[in-house]
Amino acid sequence: MKLTLKIWRQGGKYKGEFVNYELPDVNPDMSFLEMLDVLNEQLISRREDPVSFEHDCREGICGTCSMVIDGRPHGPMKGTTTCQVHMRHYNDGETIVIEPFRAMAFPVVKDLVVDRSAFDRIIQSGGYVSVNTGQAQDANAIPIEKTIASEAFDAATCIGCGACVAACPNASAMLFTSAKVSHLALLPQGQVERKRRVLNMIAQMDKEGFGQCSNVKACEAECPKEISVSNIARLNREYISASLTADVK
Amino acid sequence: MAINSDSNLNSKIPAGDMSEKWTNYKGSVPLVSPNNKRRIDIIIVGSGLAGASAAASLGELGYNVKVFTFHDSPRRAHSIAAQGGINAAKNYRNDGDSVYRLFYDTIKGGDYRAREGNVHRLAEVSTSIIDQCVAQGVPFAREYGGLLDNRSFGGTQVSRTFYARGQTGQQLLIGAYQALSRQISLGTVKLYNRHEMLDVVTVDGQCRGIIARNLLNGELERHSAHAVVLCTGGYGNVFYLSTNAMMCNVTAAWRAHRRGAYFANPCYTQIHPTCIPVSGEYQSKLTLMSESLRNDGRCWVPKNEADCGKHPNDIPEQDRDYYLERRYPAFGNLVPRDIASRAAKQVCDEGRGVGSTRLAVYLDFADAIKRDGQAAISARYGNLFEMYEKITGEDPNKQPMRIYPAVHYTMGGLWVDYELMTNIPGLYACGEANFSDHGANRLGASALMQGLADGYFVLPYTIGSYLSKEIRTGAISTDSPEFEAAEKSVRDNIQRLYAANGKQSVESFHRRLGKIMWDKCGMGRTAEGLTQAIAEIQALREEFWSDVFLPGTADEFNPELEKALRVADFIELGQLMCEDALHRNESCGGHFREEYQTEDGEADRDDENFMYVAAWEWKGENQKAELHKEALNYEVVKVQKRSYK
Ligand SMILES: Cc1cc2nc3c(=O)[nH]c(=O)nc-3n(C[C@H](O)[C@H](O)[C@H](O)COP(=O)(O)OP(=O)(O)OC[C@H]3O[C@@H](n4cnc5c(N)ncnc54)[C@H](O)[C@@H]3O)c2cc1C
Ligand code: SF4
Ligand code: FES
Repeated sequence: MKLTLKIWRQGGKYKGEFVNYELPDVNPDMSFLEMLDVLNEQLISRREDPVSFEHDCREGICGTCSMVIDGRPHGPMKGTTTCQVHMRHYNDGETIVIEPFRAMAFPVVKDLVVDRSAFDRIIQSGGYVSVNTGQAQDANAIPIEKTIASEAFDAATCIGCGACVAACPNASAMLFTSAKVSHLALLPQGQVERKRRVLNMIAQMDKEGFGQCSNVKACEAECPKEISVSNIARLNREYISASLTADVK
Repeated sequence: MAINSDSNLNSKIPAGDMSEKWTNYKGSVPLVSPNNKRRIDIIIVGSGLAGASAAASLGELGYNVKVFTFHDSPRRAHSIAAQGGINAAKNYRNDGDSVYRLFYDTIKGGDYRAREGNVHRLAEVSTSIIDQCVAQGVPFAREYGGLLDNRSFGGTQVSRTFYARGQTGQQLLIGAYQALSRQISLGTVKLYNRHEMLDVVTVDGQCRGIIARNLLNGELERHSAHAVVLCTGGYGNVFYLSTNAMMCNVTAAWRAHRRGAYFANPCYTQIHPTCIPVSGEYQSKLTLMSESLRNDGRCWVPKNEADCGKHPNDIPEQDRDYYLERRYPAFGNLVPRDIASRAAKQVCDEGRGVGSTRLAVYLDFADAIKRDGQAAISARYGNLFEMYEKITGEDPNKQPMRIYPAVHYTMGGLWVDYELMTNIPGLYACGEANFSDHGANRLGASALMQGLADGYFVLPYTIGSYLSKEIRTGAISTDSPEFEAAEKSVRDNIQRLYAANGKQSVESFHRRLGKIMWDKCGMGRTAEGLTQAIAEIQALREEFWSDVFLPGTADEFNPELEKALRVADFIELGQLMCEDALHRNESCGGHFREEYQTEDGEADRDDENFMYVAAWEWKGENQKAELHKEALNYEVVKVQKRSYK
């Protein structure tokens, strides 16, 4: 099938603009990223600058791929990363608009590549359990109720892709941050640092320039791992309770 | 006649009883006092399971650690993609598991080509890994009583695999990443993300640092340290198509090799039988379908080539060849990975492959669905079926899956001794980047175990043995002629790539290399094919350096340049793999030389002549690498033929 790609180019000779590319022969079994590979091969054969985009596992687990496709982070399919979208979901003659994730806290590096290291700094501010190597007790000394473990797991499946931020009109990082806070707040291992964690992570989130949450819920709709906004509600509860009672900062 | 080890390969296995070696070692290894640790710098390259766990643990001990990763975040390392699980000899099932059994299974699974001392230690520390991960909050699968659940995996008779849904690697890596993040916030570890190591620097024979390229602006940076640890993963992408993440590469290990580190057993490659087949020329990578599917799926191809183009549901029972059940009646569809892979290749070579490329076999669930019901099969494999459908657009509930073997893991890697140090003093290798524990074939769920064992529980002890002699060295300057020369050689290499100013893309060379490797150094290897492959790779290398085209410049964000440097190293590695495969005149584990098979097509090992580690020394471009042998001595395990009949 024949497709037109309207791609955001930024960096090098491009100041920040959409450029149109024609792909005359797209195989419906290709993945979306393989289609971009084909485009880049064509650009290289014409000695033009290929489109920079990020990717690695191409299996929906590493969280590296990141682009907004026709206005939606990770494209049209629910619970699916860009790398798992296949071209059979498109029709001959279509135009596809491709942009980077846009947020103040995610500056553009080049074309579709953005810098998401703000997420790392949010985790560094408290998204862990302080246990040194060798300090652990026997694993089965901490029994955890299966449903609680499973709820914590649901939150822990976040791949740190940043689609929630890109989807949010305020570019808020609440869904990402709440997923980590929930994962650890639900587990017995996370109790000791529970208050300190949520206060520090929220403070870091604000410092990075992410916006406030106004309950739009676009994050949940676009999250490829279907992380629930109920985690944001938990984050809010944790935050209020910690602010009222914590004697640590 | 016994094989003699080269005198320059000292494995440093401690003396004493197998089960006491590690304890004795730990009790006598020299220590570095806390105030001295502060004066010692360690560079870790890689932030996967091995790198993140090592960096966090060494940071906790008080060393100054710098971590380098080419990824934008440490959490993106390829370890994130591991699905099935992690082994540990916890014996929580009370099914007779023990450290000895895990040790024995690993040695046997590796087809008697791994070092006993290392493997025994791996089995010993396996139990602590699970404790550590649970304490970090890793959400392993649990039973209703709240305790940890297990599953069983190939090559064992016990249930010792811990798992976290189909995302074990993700959860383990997030645990290690969080521990690492904590050390970063405490200031003991400094993170250099989007930095690619392009050379190691040696001064007077000792490793003293690295040259790294800042991927955002192309600047070359010098970083010094008292020790450098490479945790840079495997090299399966030399085949172009593999289940590895797209950016996995050999450059760090290869650059160390070119500076004198020996590369051990490069030809040992694991090819996984159940992956989604290639669908066209544009294909960029392959996706693994869990081995567990073979519990209920039946492998078949049409009996007649003429039927291969038909819809599978239109091919009647009597015209189907259930080739595994026919050839291996005892094990049927559950033969080990290497045998299942080779059998699939054989039927496709005969022209009976299916799908548009004719390089696939069917894995059919119709009988299982009839027997156990749709609901039971969906409960067991629902998420895998979904993933398959996303990629292929076909529903395995309605028609058989198409699968084909794919490159999955590399057992070979940098040669290391018991302390995980390469033959260059001060240079270490951990995780998939070293060769140490899996012999010629790795058992499922053992790579995650090894990566975390190395990083959490082995290296933090063994590195002290070397660093205790470094406490008076003081800060190491990067202004030395050695750093100067290393930086220059990286710069020259990049300039040489641009100077080619040719017509062909980097990708096209990688694809061609992959095809040579897959056809001639893949599932079946022959002396003739390998000899041809070496000549073809040499020619490809020349063509690469004279006709590659690179867009952009060296001093900007430029993924094509990154790729070019990696492919250049893959080409050299490919040749060494073929040479290693050619010299090993036997079949063992993942290395199958067609000339060396028994009458019924099984691997024919030659212990008398080949029970050794092949450690190759770089001798310069266009020079043949030199072979060093480390003899393998089995003190505890009785060496036997591996048979599945
Ligand atoms: C699809 C799949 C499923 C798997 N499932 C399982 C399983 O169920 N159980 C199991 O035990 N094993 C499994 N494995 C194998 C296992 O995942 C890997 O062997 C293991 O994760 C490797 O970990 P590592 O830390 O050694 O390397 P990696 O995780 O590959 O990390 C390498 C790191 O090195 C960095 N790096 C590399 N080169 C450079 C450089 N030059 N400069 C800077 N940084 C560099 C990278 O950025 C990365 O951070 C699976 C493998 C695959 C492909
Ligand atoms: S919450 Fe969802 S969208 Fe946000 S980073 Fe995690 S996986 Fe991505
Ligand atoms: S490339 Fe890994 S999630 Fe898309």
